[in-house]
Amino acid sequence: MKIPYYPGCTLKTTAKPFEDTTKAVSEVLGIELLEMPRWNCCGTVYSLASDDLMHQLAPIRNLIRVQDMGYDRVTTLCSMCYNTLEQANQLVKGDPEKLEKMNSFMDQEKDYTGGVTVVHYLTLLKEMGFDSLPVKNPLKGLTVVPYYGCLLLRPEEISIDNPERPTIMAELLAALGATVVDHPYKLECCGSYHTVDYKEVVCEKTYHILSSARKRGAEAVVLSCPLCEFNLDFRQKDLEQELAPMPILYFSQLLAVSLGLFDALGFDQHYVDPEPLLKEKGLLR
Amino acid sequence: MIPKISKETTLLDKTEELSGEKIFSCHKCGKCSAGCPVGTLMDVRPHQVIELVQANDWSVLESRTIWLCASCFQCATRCPKDVDLTRVMEALRLLVLRENFDHIRISEISKEELRELPPVALVSNFRKCTG
Repeated sequence: MKIPYYPGCTLKTTAKPFEDTTKAVSEVLGIELLEMPRWNCCGTVYSLASDDLMHQLAPIRNLIRVQDMGYDRVTTLCSMCYNTLEQANQLVKGDPEKLEKMNSFMDQEKDYTGGVTVVHYLTLLKEMGFDSLPVKNPLKGLTVVPYYGCLLLRPEEISIDNPERPTIMAELLAALGATVVDHPYKLECCGSYHTVDYKEVVCEKTYHILSSARKRGAEAVVLSCPLCEFNLDFRQKDLEQELAPMPILYFSQLLAVSLGLFDALGFDQHYVDPEPLLKEKGLLR
Repeated sequence: MIPKISKETTLLDKTEELSGEKIFSCHKCGKCSAGCPVGTLMDVRPHQVIELVQANDWSVLESRTIWLCASCFQCATRCPKDVDLTRVMEALRLLVLRENFDHIRISEISKEELRELPPVALVSNFRKCTG
């Protein structure tokens, strides 16, 4: 399968292991990720003001690029990119007047016709069937909790799963052989961009999310958002007195481990190194 | 200090126009406050924000609440009356930010933090907190 791929800024910097492991996995699964030649920032947060079209231009311009490539779907990894691209997409699909205004503003581009769908990589895997994954190194003995956060699931219109009771990541992790436990903080916002201006809020959220996961017996937390990863991982630095270290992993890193792909895990980019845990379980070579 | 905002039209009208929401649809069940991940840290609880807008009380713009909201859409997902409070919060922030006001000072972020923070954190924060 060939599909255009929108990386976004953070997948090229602090979340490089997320991209690298996904690329390695995709190669094995026969998913040819066609990185868009001229992608631009999606805006990171969807603009919620009814009079603001200016901030919708960036996401829509990316969708025009997908259209130019001759495809009607694009996949992405970052929860924030997914959310912003698809919310903007649904806005213009449902409002021809706004779409026309934006098209005439971007007169150097071809008009966007509203024919592109943004598909999160987890959805792509689900379509292929989690049970069909060629697992070589099952994650036996590893107990994990999925952490969904906000932007894969809310608002409801763009949700990749049931927005209040999602199972998609749990299904994937179970198919990889891990023991998956549920926990009540799986949907709870980590504090998001307040990591810049209200760090203490993020520390408090991180404490609650991780201690809840630990109480349920989790040895690692699995997620799909580079900002959640930073908050839950790096903010543990300020919680060392209160919390034993909890490894935070992208789902693609565990997927790579389970497929026997150990070359691009990028554990050195984490604050809490997941390697000792995975070695203890005999999952790393 | 928040900037001086022209009060020729009512807060209710401005908020409804910017958010596209009907503020009086709210029937005060409190689900937004119950589910808000930062609700306990707010000086004005989410459902009280709606009440203040209904009452045209401009003091809501001086609350810590509108800046603490992280646009997680939890309240919007749970509202039984389809009042999207996430949009209302954004409208209230914009009423302040559009007076050329910045809620954060980018120059005060240390070099160490700038090196460590992921781009997605910085861009989203600046989008939500600067005018």
